[in-house]
Amino acid sequence: MRLPTLLLILAAIVLAAFFLGRQRALSLARPAGGVRSLHSLPKYYGYYASLGAVVPGIALLLMWAAFSDSLITSRVVASLPEALRNQPEAQLSLTLNDIRNLAAGQMQDESRSAEFAVAADLYNSLRDSSRKVLAGLVIALSFSGFALAWLQLRPQFRARNRVEAVVRFMLVLASLLAIVTTIGILLSVSFEALRFFRQVPVGEFLFGLSWSPQTAIRADQVGSSGAFGAVPLFVGTLLISGIALLVAVPIGLMIAIYLSEYARPRLRRIVKPVLEVLAGIPTVVYGYFAALTVAPIIRLAGQQLGLEVASEAALGAGLVMGIMIIPFVSSLSDDAINAVPQAMRDGSFALGATRSETIKRVVLPAALPGIVGGVLLAASRAIGETMIVVMAAGLSANLSFNPLESVTTVTVQIVTLLVGDQEFDSPKTLAAFALGLMLFIVTLILNVIALQVVRRYREQYE
Amino acid sequence: MRANDGDDDRARRQLSPEETRRRVDASLRRRYRSEQLFRLYGLGSVCLGVVFLLVLFGTIIGSGYSAFRQGFVRLDVHFDADLIDPDGGRDLDVLSAADYSLLVKAALRELVPEVASRAEKRELNGLVSSGAVFELRDTVMADAQILGQTRSLWLPLSGDVDLWIKARSAGKSGEDMGGKLSANQRAWLERLQADDRIELRFNRTFFTSGDSREPELAGIWGATKGSFFMLLVTLLLSFPLGVAAAIYLEEFARRSWWVDIVEVNINNLAAVPSIVFGLLGLAVFINFFGLPRSAPLVGGLVLTLMTLPVVIIASRAAIKAVPPSVREAALGIGASQMQMVFHHVLPLALPGMLTGAIIGMARALGESAPLLMIGMVAFIVDVPGGPMSPSTALPVQIYLWADSPERAFVARTSAAIMVLLAFLLVMNASAVWLRSRFERRW
Amino acid sequence: MLIMDKAQDVVAPPADTVPAAAVPADAQRLASDTVGDVTAKDAVICVRGGNVFYGDTHALINVSLDIGRNEVIALIGPSGCGKSTFLRCLNRMNDTIESARVKGDFRLDGQDMYARDTDVVMLRARVGMVFQKPNPFPKSIYENVAYGARIHGLAANRAELDDIVYGSLERAGLVDEVKDRLDDPGTGLSGGQQQRLCIARTIAVNPEVILMDEPCSALDPIATARIEDLIDELSEKYAIAIVTHSMQQAARVSNRTAYFHLGRIIEVGPTDKIFTNPAHKLTEDYVTGRFG
Repeated sequence: MRLPTLLLILAAIVLAAFFLGRQRALSLARPAGGVRSLHSLPKYYGYYASLGAVVPGIALLLMWAAFSDSLITSRVVASLPEALRNQPEAQLSLTLNDIRNLAAGQMQDESRSAEFAVAADLYNSLRDSSRKVLAGLVIALSFSGFALAWLQLRPQFRARNRVEAVVRFMLVLASLLAIVTTIGILLSVSFEALRFFRQVPVGEFLFGLSWSPQTAIRADQVGSSGAFGAVPLFVGTLLISGIALLVAVPIGLMIAIYLSEYARPRLRRIVKPVLEVLAGIPTVVYGYFAALTVAPIIRLAGQQLGLEVASEAALGAGLVMGIMIIPFVSSLSDDAINAVPQAMRDGSFALGATRSETIKRVVLPAALPGIVGGVLLAASRAIGETMIVVMAAGLSANLSFNPLESVTTVTVQIVTLLVGDQEFDSPKTLAAFALGLMLFIVTLILNVIALQVVRRYREQYE
Repeated sequence: MRANDGDDDRARRQLSPEETRRRVDASLRRRYRSEQLFRLYGLGSVCLGVVFLLVLFGTIIGSGYSAFRQGFVRLDVHFDADLIDPDGGRDLDVLSAADYSLLVKAALRELVPEVASRAEKRELNGLVSSGAVFELRDTVMADAQILGQTRSLWLPLSGDVDLWIKARSAGKSGEDMGGKLSANQRAWLERLQADDRIELRFNRTFFTSGDSREPELAGIWGATKGSFFMLLVTLLLSFPLGVAAAIYLEEFARRSWWVDIVEVNINNLAAVPSIVFGLLGLAVFINFFGLPRSAPLVGGLVLTLMTLPVVIIASRAAIKAVPPSVREAALGIGASQMQMVFHHVLPLALPGMLTGAIIGMARALGESAPLLMIGMVAFIVDVPGGPMSPSTALPVQIYLWADSPERAFVARTSAAIMVLLAFLLVMNASAVWLRSRFERRW
Repeated sequence: MLIMDKAQDVVAPPADTVPAAAVPADAQRLASDTVGDVTAKDAVICVRGGNVFYGDTHALINVSLDIGRNEVIALIGPSGCGKSTFLRCLNRMNDTIESARVKGDFRLDGQDMYARDTDVVMLRARVGMVFQKPNPFPKSIYENVAYGARIHGLAANRAELDDIVYGSLERAGLVDEVKDRLDDPGTGLSGGQQQRLCIARTIAVNPEVILMDEPCSALDPIATARIEDLIDELSEKYAIAIVTHSMQQAARVSNRTAYFHLGRIIEVGPTDKIFTNPAHKLTEDYVTGRFG
């Protein structure tokens, strides 16, 4: 039975359970003096019955989704002949992949041995039977859940409280999803990263100066080991983010100052949404803009000045990334500047300070924590930005601080390592997760500090 | 500081009003100059921001508008029954397997009869898009009666020819754009143009077909549908979950370290780089749960986790905006807390929540980095039929085309960006409309 | 003029500018709806026919008043009567409010405050202001007081600046309390100390007039008493205009009192006369506590 059919059946059972439960409540109430003798409204008895029907079934479905595949896989592995079963882990997962593809009919490779076909057949039959068992179990569970709920119904049964408790529990679950996501990121990324660090020492990864992850397919090829020193990537990331911040912070801050301290309301009303448009443009568009327009301009300008400019210079990607985060910096600075009480400005004006003196000597120092928080958030954004650098920065890991040279970044390498055909368990693929872990930790620290700073700052003036 | 000086000393050193005035006066010129300079910096920054936006839009529109039109050539195609269906059985299998390029070649030879050598023939045949044969096939499949007749048909020109014609019609010499065309080809094209056999027409293919290696056959419909399925999944999951989480945090949760952690988590997740979500999707949904690569379902799940914080934050703000008096009124007449929330608070907060959800969806629509991780970057020709069939997304399609070496893809990339931006504009405008329509001041 | 060009848009140069010599002759006519003598001997500030509009609201209607050197004038009246608005006109603080328009003749030492060639910076250096809520800058105590001297370039070197800061703190009666912690943030002081810091900050610029907008309303009685003593001492050197809600305070610190009502000055006179023997019915109702 296919999943949609099963879900439809489940839905039908739930609907029936609602009406039956309500009916039951009404008929129970009739001898006792009508609806008023019930503890809750009749519909709550219906809800209760439906919940009894749906909760166990859905729980089983979710468990099946989580574990069935690994169970089936382990059965298939156990059935494989000795030679295939005892392969190293990496090879085994490739083999399993082939079996899965064969089973799905996506591969008509006749060269594969008969063992594969047998394994694929087993895989298919196991999947089939697991689906059948699942369907039967889900339906049975739904019915018995409903029956249990139905039997509990009495006129004095506190149906509403029970239903509300379940709803409340679901609300709690939804709010926990954020934590689950964070834990999921941490676990999944660090799990793969640990496997990487088993093959490449942490020290070499963090402090190595050479990065060339292209491991050879055959062991006898030259440079088969690959080099996983990530320092060039860190330097490249810092270089490009640094350029971006050099562009975005002064411009964004001055925009915020001008709009909140100088501009008339009408100008503010027009310019603010225009700049928000800049913030809403997808990063892939910025990347395209950087590669198509900005990079050639920089190269041309470099040639005019007699400078050697790489075609994928860090400067281009950094400039465009800076443009991208201008609205980010300006809106956060705007918040910080507006939080400074007018009394501060009045105090300064009353002493005869000009507007710029007031801004530079009173407003900005007062708003500084908020602005710093905003800049940190912007930095975290620049470090994690992917599309612009993928499209406009280089691939080769040069250890260089020269903005006219081509450098690569952490995010670029993650994308190059993971896009396209991957062999799982090779250090090349796992390295992407190690980089991802670094990225997550660094941005996490930046975000938490920034959010704390901003929060404390807001409280100061509230 | 000499704190022990006598009062007289101090008084003597205090400036007289006249001296104060003189000194203030002396400082004025410098101060006003720096005031003016500072103000100019501010104005300059604002202008710079606006100029960036204009340049960006100008570049995209300037290089993309031409992709909405496509060069066509009018050929008198003779549907030679002997070539297509030599048996005369009109069997659909035979008709669909036939070599329709022969018809195109014949029609071209008729217009340019002097072509002799093989090389020249190849040049001539290269003028028309390889997609023309599909059009002919579809014509025949739709109506086999046409066999044996001659029809005058508009067929798409190949990508390079298309570029050359557009450059010529824009008044440019065409030399720079048509670098790939031979002298022969240019001569033939000029002749065809003189015969009014060449025309720029609306590029329907761009809106109705999937990806292709041939620029003139590539379209965004596949990517658009992929994005649509993905957003559908995202909306269906993130809106209820986000609203539920917001309700719990605002209405039920009591202040505690636990809620603080959840809150910090949500705020942090909103700032985690999107590519990390892609890694999560790859490790969990694809490798652990075994969901298929390149499926909009997986993309939707990843984007759900990404947009969830946005929806939660917006929904909480909307719930906060509902005044306590509404809650007190509901509780006062004996509603349970759950009834108070679902009957009174939620309906009032709904517009704000929807606004947040739309803004979150707009962000999800423009997102591409995490989708690269989960295989949505594959080259997929077919238009996806559902959330499980392999597909790509609009921004990823832009990325793919931007990477293509063919020059004709430049215009198509920009055109796809224009379409994407139009979608985003509509979504954001509707969010703004929703907010202004239902905004209530308490 | 560069800095306050925004202000110039809203403050139209008074169309009916009266020649300086003509002012005294016109004084009675302009102040015809005010009871008592609006003029002061040796006036430093001289207002004739002042009007202020906030958008469509006519907040100050045709007021005339002089402020003499070395006098403390109290501005009293029910809230919303325009006394703070009047005060803010005297150093053009209304310029910072977008919708405000000021009309009439406002003169400092005979010079039109709102004339095109009048410099706001100079005007505010000469007419200082202390606000209702203490608003020290988020800087050290020293920097708070040094701020005005720094921006106006009053001190040629560090020693002169030290003198200015120390002298101002002394005159504000704060020096003994803070001399050991000049580098601590000014926001860490108590409310009364903060307000005296703001006064020190104001007199560091050496103004001729100090405007005080309910300077004690946010303070406890002891801090209030200290500020009142301070006002008494300061009146030897500066002209002081103080807006207050407290009639007792007005009686304690001022020589003259002006009673404001719905944007007009109803009555002006020596403080003891206003409180013991007011001429106007409204003034009498107010000082006897019938409303307010």
